[in-house]
Amino acid sequence: MSTTNSTITEDIRAKAKQLLSSGEVAAFLGFTTGTLPMTMRPFVARRPEDAERLVWNSFCVMNLANYLPDLLKSVEPPRGPKDPPPEGPLPKVGVLATGCWSRNIVVQIQENQVQRDRLVILGIGSRGMVDRKKVLAQVDGREVWTSEEGEHSLVIEGPGFKKEIQRWDVVRDNCQTCIHPNPVIYDYQVGQPVSPREVKDRFRQVNEIEAMSSEERWSWFQEEISSCIRCYACRNACPLCYCPTCFVDDSRPQWVGKSIDLADTSIFHILRAYHCAGRCTDCGACESACPMGIHMRLFTKKLEKDVLELYGTEAGMDPDVPLPLTTYKEDDPQNFLITEAVGQTSEAGEGVKP
Amino acid sequence: MKVLRLDKADLERWFVNWAKTREVYGPLRQSSSDSKSISVNKSYTDWAILKDGKFPELGTGLPKSPIKKFFFPQPETLFTCSKRKGDPDAFVFKEPENRDNARKVLVGVRPCDARSVELNNLPFEKDPYFQANRAKTAIVGFTCRDRCQTCFCKEVGGSPVGTEGMDIAVTQLDDFYMAEVITEKGEELVQEGGGASEASGEEISRLKESKAQVESLFSSMSDPAQALEAMKAKDLFALYNAPFWSQLADSCINCGICTFLCPTCYCFDIQDEVVKGTIRRIRYYDSCMFPLFTLQASGHNPRGQKVQRVRNRFMHKFKYFPDRFGPFSCVGCGRCIRECPVNIDIREVLKDLLAVE
Ligand code: SF4
Ligand code: SF4
Ligand code: SF4
Ligand code: SF4
Ligand code: SF4
Repeated sequence: MSTTNSTITEDIRAKAKQLLSSGEVAAFLGFTTGTLPMTMRPFVARRPEDAERLVWNSFCVMNLANYLPDLLKSVEPPRGPKDPPPEGPLPKVGVLATGCWSRNIVVQIQENQVQRDRLVILGIGSRGMVDRKKVLAQVDGREVWTSEEGEHSLVIEGPGFKKEIQRWDVVRDNCQTCIHPNPVIYDYQVGQPVSPREVKDRFRQVNEIEAMSSEERWSWFQEEISSCIRCYACRNACPLCYCPTCFVDDSRPQWVGKSIDLADTSIFHILRAYHCAGRCTDCGACESACPMGIHMRLFTKKLEKDVLELYGTEAGMDPDVPLPLTTYKEDDPQNFLITEAVGQTSEAGEGVKP
Repeated sequence: MKVLRLDKADLERWFVNWAKTREVYGPLRQSSSDSKSISVNKSYTDWAILKDGKFPELGTGLPKSPIKKFFFPQPETLFTCSKRKGDPDAFVFKEPENRDNARKVLVGVRPCDARSVELNNLPFEKDPYFQANRAKTAIVGFTCRDRCQTCFCKEVGGSPVGTEGMDIAVTQLDDFYMAEVITEKGEELVQEGGGASEASGEEISRLKESKAQVESLFSSMSDPAQALEAMKAKDLFALYNAPFWSQLADSCINCGICTFLCPTCYCFDIQDEVVKGTIRRIRYYDSCMFPLFTLQASGHNPRGQKVQRVRNRFMHKFKYFPDRFGPFSCVGCGRCIRECPVNIDIREVLKDLLAVE
């Protein structure tokens, strides 16, 4: 393990152990290693001795904020649906947070899904997480038996090969363009804050897609989602998707068909992306979870860009700045509502063209 | 049983000849055509039509998806009917016009995937759609020569060189191939493929040796018959109330990956879709991981919590199914382990279940 990761791992274990033994938190949410290399398992430590199992490395790709609303409920004393909440403060939960996860926690606080005073946040400056699929692509889809992480490289081994890869080459697309790697809220810092990355153009991929003609763009979109199996891992990995009943599951009315018909899949992806507008932090959990290698993150990235351009805000940067799409101001920009006069350019009306 | 000896060219000729009257599928690398900076991550193989005798790509583990979609398509139209006013045939159920009736050959099916068809046949024994699809689909299996980290066919009653579910079983021996012709459907394919010679006694003993050697790669695995008996003997409620379920639920995100990509998951739901006055009744995949799976019209959901859903997948595969049908509902392909975003490993769960007193 690299020194950075082992220092962070030790710090996490020590702090989690202390929080659990002192009773300050009822549970601590982090990661542990499982049975395969390159896939980390989100893990809840509930006893001080569980803290020894916590591990930190570049494969911690799931966004822990996603688990918080349920985890907070699980540590509350049991009560019936109609019973009033118990008197006094409710038990707390400890959690790790990188830049984007901490911003998702801010969004959850703003949307009343979690309460700040019930969280003990261990902030970690993120060096960028590694995309397992990029690693696999480097070895032609062969199986990887072990992966050893150094400071700037990974050594992976599999049937008949041992290969050193530069870490940055396989860092996830979202992490490569991230300019907020340090947590925006935390109670304790673990490891060192990282220096913000120089990112030339963080919307490069979106710009490329915007530059396409609308026909090209539509066919790119259709091809991108054509292998979608509607497993909803992208939705379920997302800390914004906490709705008790998702629109895809509604039956009265039924908004969207259930099979993998391209029309239905398109609606699912378009609506899911729109539900994340102004809230998505580009944490990349959706893309990391997808078994089919679909780049659905680009849909939300486009909305992130639009919100930044229209409202000048980025989600979850400051608990005191309300989310742009849940507030109304007289001088809110209207550009997205108004389309250019139809027929003047080939791009006209594209916003509504399916 | 007839055993043939083939060169690669013979197999390629078979594929070409079969393709004259059937659709021939095999695992192929999924290439993504986008040349933009959007990185291409599709380094996996999946089922695709093999054109011009193209050889299936079998080197990189199992194809992404199981073969269940050929028998239990997602979605499958069960029937259609018109709901147009004045149509004399309104609300008369009809065989769908676009029913896929093509005969198919699946080439390069691994023993675990082939076995899954036999296992799914138990609940679908009287299902006319599954049976019709089965009748028109032939399986040309390729036995395994290696194992992936996630393979555990042997532990749940299969074998890396097993032929269950196959019509023809092909085994590669160094630079040539042996084909065991198992069913009548297989015999028909051999006739259509043409020009393969019977294997010599020496070649047949080499086939046996090779299979035994591959089997030995799995020798450390626990005895499947014992595990099966143990699970059947266990008290259902002791398993149901085991303490480890809540830990699994702590990590699981309740997605559909492990069930949709599982060859032996067969749950479906049914809906009517109406387009331009035509009703189409479809069935499509459902998953016990989803809250909607058991949601009742009253609003009550007997599996309303994640932990209950997580438990069901394993209980169904290792307890309910064997109690009802005999074998485990798992062929050990390891897809659910490999594809789970949080590394929930069904082998660990089986071990935990077996340890429950
Ligand atoms: S995770 Fe991937 S395959 Fe699953 S629903 Fe999302 S985009 Fe589709
Ligand atoms: S699980 Fe067994 S049969 Fe399936 S691919 Fe692995 S070795 Fe072959
Ligand atoms: S794939 Fe993993 S996370 Fe998804 S439902 Fe299955 S066990 Fe849970
Ligand atoms: S449960 Fe997992 S290992 Fe078993 S058949 Fe299904 S996907 Fe394969
Ligand atoms: S109940 Fe769950 S585990 Fe069993 S077949 Fe259905 S989806 Fe698969």
